[in-house]
Amino acid sequence: MFNQARKIRDKYIRDEMWPSIFCTGCGIGNVLNYTLRAIDSIGLDIDRTVFCSGIGCSSRLPGYIEADGLHTTHGRAIAFATGVKVYKPELSVIVFTGDGDMAGIGGNHFIHAARRNVDMTVICINNFNYGMTGGQVSPTTPAEDLSTTTPYGNLEEPFDLCRLAIGAGAPFVARWTMGFPYETITAIESAIRTKGFGFVEILAPCPTGYGKANELRDAPANWDWYKENTITRIDLAQLSPDERSANRKIVIGTLWKEEKPEYIERWRQLVGRLQADSEPAKSS
Amino acid sequence: MARELDYRRVMEVLGSREQFAQGDVACAYGAILGGCDFFAGYPITPATEVAETMAVLLPRLGCAVMQMEDEIASLSAVIGAAWAGSRAFTATSGPGFSLMQEGIGYACMTETPCVIINVQRSGPSTGQPTEPAQGDMLQARWGTHGDHEIIALAPASVQECVDLTRLAFNLAEEYRNPVLVMTDGEVGHMREKIVLPAEDEIELVERCPPTNKPGAYVPFRAAPGSVPEMASFGTGFHTYVTGLTHDERGLPATDDAEQHTRLVRRLVDKIRDDTERLTRVEVDSEEGAKVGIVSYGISARSAAGAVRIARAEGRKINHLRLISVYPFPERAVRDFANGLDRIIVPELNLGQICHVVREALEGEATVERVSRIGGEIIPPEEIVKALIEGGEQV
Repeated sequence: MFNQARKIRDKYIRDEMWPSIFCTGCGIGNVLNYTLRAIDSIGLDIDRTVFCSGIGCSSRLPGYIEADGLHTTHGRAIAFATGVKVYKPELSVIVFTGDGDMAGIGGNHFIHAARRNVDMTVICINNFNYGMTGGQVSPTTPAEDLSTTTPYGNLEEPFDLCRLAIGAGAPFVARWTMGFPYETITAIESAIRTKGFGFVEILAPCPTGYGKANELRDAPANWDWYKENTITRIDLAQLSPDERSANRKIVIGTLWKEEKPEYIERWRQLVGRLQADSEPAKSS
Repeated sequence: MARELDYRRVMEVLGSREQFAQGDVACAYGAILGGCDFFAGYPITPATEVAETMAVLLPRLGCAVMQMEDEIASLSAVIGAAWAGSRAFTATSGPGFSLMQEGIGYACMTETPCVIINVQRSGPSTGQPTEPAQGDMLQARWGTHGDHEIIALAPASVQECVDLTRLAFNLAEEYRNPVLVMTDGEVGHMREKIVLPAEDEIELVERCPPTNKPGAYVPFRAAPGSVPEMASFGTGFHTYVTGLTHDERGLPATDDAEQHTRLVRRLVDKIRDDTERLTRVEVDSEEGAKVGIVSYGISARSAAGAVRIARAEGRKINHLRLISVYPFPERAVRDFANGLDRIIVPELNLGQICHVVREALEGEATVERVSRIGGEIIPPEEIVKALIEGGEQV
């Protein structure tokens, strides 16, 4: 395990950026690890992979990878990524984003990208708050929870990002937590392999921001919280119908998988059709 | 490595070299003749025809056109495509231009070549969507936050929509900066004869590729006032691009005053220092005049009419038309004003470029304005009246 970690580090990490900006107990570094392992396992050509991100803690990830990286404006990573991928389809495009970046300011780009189905992988690190700015409420903060901008409790209901992605048309949707490294790696691999918009949400702790306000001040407390408050899709299926409808836990696992036409494929067909139309008719 | 335009194929798609065309369509033609190979946009009056024309033409050239979910996404996709190697652009009008300010700042900071066409309409806010205006001229210069420099061109005819859009693509690549084509609802929607360039008139200037190998290439290293080499994504150079203050390697250096100063001064100076080279003006002067007009865009047509009327009445008047508006051609305007007592600036706004002119002249001549808003262009007689009776105060 240690040797493999060192191999991954030596192969993919941009040394000049070390040490990272992440706080003790933060889960974002784990996601970097899981993603690099998925990339390594697939054998993705790092020279032909572009990592895009928006603004926030999770969006700092592309800087740590020795590869092309586009650290963009707040919420817009997916829109930038769309331009990269559609112009140069031979590149693999992976987006790192967070709950505030992707579901708050970037919510519209997210749902439209899922609908449009351009081939890319979006990894959303959901830590239930705006961490970079010091722990404000986000679109995924559970109702009643505390944050610096909801000091008396959050009055709003959170988004279920995976249901949002499924509703918007994403062909691959999975959600895991820090506590499931191998499942997460496999999910990222599947998202990369998906011909279309692959979405992976990863619940990751923010002990400094969300955790401090909600009695989850260290990593173990967060990991325990995930254990108590999540249920796998397979375990959920084992429950009786009544138990299932009473379930309030966050469902994790591969939540959606389908094959559907991908944007660039359709564009290629269109270009081919137009070229065929413009060729002079063969004389007999 | 140099990019060649497949002229024969392009002209098969564009049709005859001589056409009677609309300004927006001419911008689209100019883009394609400028080597454009990606467009992303969002419908907005009076710029929609640019997107519609690109949607017809680009796929026939094997290139992609996307309608995004808003103007922010449109410019974002353009910038992404540009880093993947594209000569990309978007087209919009006032409300969309406001939304694009975020992306314009990002493109300035990351030195991303891109072109934005703003077919200006009357504001503020939704204003008069179908009516022309020149109300975004200062927003074009200062709309995005922070210190930056911009290149902006102002077509006064449908032919110039072709010519200046072509030029915009080359300047964007050469200076690695957003280049704005500031047209308006009148120029965008009027129809005039255009002549598309012949094959030997086509020249595509490209971003300077890396001269070093991966590993030795330092993506944002450049002498003060100069433009760094640019490796497109997917070419093995592992470029990290960020809107944060960055060092020569492109890595964040946000709490380093010296790095920030060096970076932002270079971004500004690479354009400001080249003002003379970027200056494009048209001067119509005669001996003995004491009054001059400084105009741009559609209002330059009104000004030219005013010059004809005034001279027919035996009055002397000079005229300078700004073809490039930013970096502002200060020296050309000062030279023009030399010996003149008064400068009149006609604009479809309540006074924007007149302030820049006044600043450039430093009191050498008094600056007056002829302002018109509401959706009609300026009748030449109004400028003649200002010539005789004086214009509005700046």
